[in-house]
This record gives sequence, C-alpha cells and structure tokens, in this order.
Amino acid sequence: MNYKRLTLLCGHYGSGKTNVAVNMAFDLRNKYENVAVADLDIVNPYFRTKDSVKDFEERNIRLICSEYANSNLDIPALPQDMYAITDDKSLKVILDIGGDDRGALALGRLAPKINEEQDFEMLMVINKFRPLTPDADSTIEVMREVEFAGGIKFTGLVNNSNLGDETTAQDVIDSAAYANTVAEKSGLPVVLTTVKEDLFEELKGKVENLFPMKLQAKPIS
Amino acid sequence: MADKVLMKGNEAIAEAAIIAGCRHYFGYPITPQTEVAAYMAKKMPKIGGCFLQAESEIAAINMVYGVSSTGKRVMTSSSSPGISLKSEGLSYLAGADLPALVVNVQRGGPGLGGIQPSQSDYFQATRGGGHGDFHMIVLAPASVQEMAELTVKGFELADTYRMTSMILADGTMGQMMEPVSLDFDIKEAPEKPWATTGTKMQREHNIVNSLYLSPEKLEETNFERYEKYKYIEENEAMYEEYMVEDADIVVAAFGIAARVSKNAVNEARSRGIKVGLIRPITLWPFPTLPFKKAAEHAKQFISVELSMGQMIEDVKLATDCKVPVTLCNRVGGMIPSPEQVLEAIMEADGGVK
Repeated sequence: MNYKRLTLLCGHYGSGKTNVAVNMAFDLRNKYENVAVADLDIVNPYFRTKDSVKDFEERNIRLICSEYANSNLDIPALPQDMYAITDDKSLKVILDIGGDDRGALALGRLAPKINEEQDFEMLMVINKFRPLTPDADSTIEVMREVEFAGGIKFTGLVNNSNLGDETTAQDVIDSAAYANTVAEKSGLPVVLTTVKEDLFEELKGKVENLFPMKLQAKPIS
Repeated sequence: MADKVLMKGNEAIAEAAIIAGCRHYFGYPITPQTEVAAYMAKKMPKIGGCFLQAESEIAAINMVYGVSSTGKRVMTSSSSPGISLKSEGLSYLAGADLPALVVNVQRGGPGLGGIQPSQSDYFQATRGGGHGDFHMIVLAPASVQEMAELTVKGFELADTYRMTSMILADGTMGQMMEPVSLDFDIKEAPEKPWATTGTKMQREHNIVNSLYLSPEKLEETNFERYEKYKYIEENEAMYEEYMVEDADIVVAAFGIAARVSKNAVNEARSRGIKVGLIRPITLWPFPTLPFKKAAEHAKQFISVELSMGQMIEDVKLATDCKVPVTLCNRVGGMIPSPEQVLEAIMEADGGVK
C-alpha cells in the first residue's frame, strides 16, 4: 500500500480498526522513519493501541494517545499532543478512530486541517461477520453516519472480515463478494484485504492487495 | 462456519435475548456492559421492540417489574455498582414472583472500584441479591457462546419458576470477541394466567404485589417459595467436569477463572499431576453433587476466583469441609494467570504427597 501522510481508520465498533492500525503502523515503519499511531478512541476504554506500547517502543513508533487509555478512568479523553497529527508535517500517521459515528465525532476538530492538506486516506474497516453489519446496505449506513459525524469523506475500504481465531482461508475468499458489493454501492475501492499471518501463504495470489496481520488480542483457549 | 458471527459477549446477550422473544429492555449505561444497551438501542426499534434508557438503575428495574407483570419477557443489564442500585427491585420481583432476566457484567469493587473484570459479586448474586428471604437463579457463562445460550436458558428458567434469572458474567466475558452460533431452539413460553393482561370482564382481576397484610399469609408464601427453591436445587444445577474421575486435586472455578484454570490443569496433567476441574455453570443452585463425589477421592480443592474468596464457602459447604480448600485469587480487576493457578496446583501436589 502507498501511504499518504495520514491514514484514518474508521468503522463499526468491533470491526477490527485497532488491529489494522497497529499492523499498518508496523508496515509503515518499515518504509518510513518518522511514524506515529494516533489513538482518538473516545468510545471504548479497552483494547486500545496502548496494548501494543512495547511493540511501538521497540520499533521507535510514536504513540499519540490519551494517558487514561486502559486505566480505570472511564472518560472520553483525547491525547494532549493530538495537534501533532496535523501540525507536524514530517510525521506519517495512522489514526485509529473510535467506533461508529459517536467515535468519529473526535475527528471534527481535526477535519478542517485534514481536508485542507489533502494528503490522507480515510479508510472504512469492514467485517461481514459482525452482526450489525452483515451486508452492504447496513455497512454503508454506518459509513454515512461516520462521514457525517467526522466531517471527512471516505476514500477506500479495508476488508477485515474475520471470525477471530476460527477464520479460515475460505472465509476470507467468501468475504470478497461482500466487500465488492460495498465497493460497488459506495463507489470506493477495496484497498486492502487483511488476513491473519498463518493464512497468508495459502491466500497469496488468490486475493488482491492481501495484508498479513498479527492478532493483537490473544485468544484464551 | 458460515452461520457464525463474531460477537462481543455483551452483544451475544442482547441478540440472544431478542431471539428468545424479549422485546422490552430497560437499562442505564455502565462499563463494562454498555454494549448490551447499545445493541438493544440499535436493534429494538427495527423489530418493534422497546429500548428505553431509564433515568437511573432503580427506574430501570422497576420498569422491568411493570412489564413482567403483564407476562412479557423483559430484561435489564448493568455492572456491579448498578446492580446494587437495582437490589431493592430484585427483592420486589422475588416478592411478587415475577420472572425477569437481569445481567451483571461484574467490575472490580467495592464502591465505584474500577472497570476491569471481577467476580466479587458472587455473594450478592447467590445469597438473594436484596433484602428478605429469596434466591435468584444465577448463571455463569465461560464463553461468548455461553453468554448467548445461558441468556436463552435464563428466560426459560425465569418463566418456568416465576423468578429472576441473573447472568453473572465478568468484564472479560462482556468484552471479549469470539465466533458465536445463534442457532437456538426456542421453546414456547409457558402460559402466564397470573399476568395482568386485562380481565375483559371474563375473570377475576389478577394482582401483582409483594405486600402482605397478614403475617400468617406472608409466612406461608415464604414457605411455599422455599419448596420451589428446594425443587430447583434438586433439578436445575448445571456444571462441567473436566478430568475429575481420578483427581487428587480438584480446581473449582467459573467464568473466566475456569478458562484460565483449564489451561493450568492441562499443563499440570502433562507433568503427571492428577488434577481436575469442576466448573459450576449455575452458581445458585450451586452444583453440590460433583463436589460431594469428588470429595470421596480428592485430597485437596483449590477455589480459583477473581474475588477475596466467595465461592470457596460453597465449595466447603458442598464437601462438608471433609477436604481442605485453598484459595487462588486476584482482585481489583486483575485476572489470575495460568502460571499462578499451576503454581497453586503444584503446591497442593506437594502437600498431597
């Protein structure tokens, strides 16, 4: 994937935005020096990019995140250094936006500068196995709500359809029909299809723009 | 695979409730169960149901009382501090013999505590949950799949016995995502001739009430209710046994603690230690039978809990204190690791030999 200066990840909650954000940041860091992950989640106090703070430190990736993430203080807080996202033009940033339109509200303050700079991708992370977005129409409804709340138009889709640890190669292949329908109806390209690492070899060549990912939240057997 | 969806435990409860025919949800947001309410808010208006965010937990539980009086399936959900607020209503539901489903996705306490997982409302749930002599049926899921299944089961038990079923989950169960199959056989709800559905001038009117003007009548009602509880204790206890038959050491754990403990049991078995796991699925009625049986050959029990030791009392009662029971725990939102449980097992093994 050719990264713009800013890559914004939005989507229905539980669609896997944070997982995609963390993996994209690793990928981006392989190509650029000055990389940051910005966690603008004001909805969910758990499962934040902060879970991966050690991985970021090891790779010298800057984490722009509320100091209260993952703590017992359950309030919608934004990072104190969030203006670095728009003001420090030397940074390449992955933005992890909270779920749904309520989460996208956090974008409002940054939207004018992001729209003015015009160096961004706004990606909708979609997962057909999530119960409230099982088809194109329900997914596009969430997209419209997010755009309205966030003030930025989507430029592409990330097909992150998965059943967690039980995902099979066939599930990924089958999800293409769903992703393509969303693409057709919204007029946006599927820029990536994600897959957990162990399925990557099996699917290479069968699915376009395949993106291997390490799962950040470990399953409990 | 195609029929599975990826769900949070909280969402699985909400969807399963809808599948079970629940069309009335009343609640007030609190982490870590807010997704139950959020899901209901999205879905109920689309299917002709009622989602109502009440002005408080107390209001919500009393709305549950109202709808239940009309014979409809109804639920509320909250987390620890919110359940304390509902406790008066829980007692009134019991006093009026009304069925309801109440979900507690526990967080660390006491007080406002924290938003991380806990199992420290065990006493509160299993000893009634409010003032007066009463019980609730308490169900303890250990996976997202069980969050869904026990929600359906909870509604059925509530209707059958005219009492509250409580799903006693913890923050991890509410928040974790797992693939779920929502393919349930839904039994038809039993007739509810007691419900206040309008007499149509064809019957005496029904009264739903927990006030008794005569102490003799109130005593009699309590005695009758406890006959029902006795029947439930004998017939509805649910549990899972894992490698218990030949075990010298038996781990007791429910919910997330049981998932962690199973890993430790497997590791200990691979080291040649004879250890098993009893996982209560109903916490009330507590499954005494497998514990009594295991106490005949086990030399030690270990109760693994996310509390300062609450279920451990029921383990001791179930085994008549014949065998020592030790506690392996974390609290305040922390979860025991498989290594910690393994250590407790190894320590017990040293004592057993």
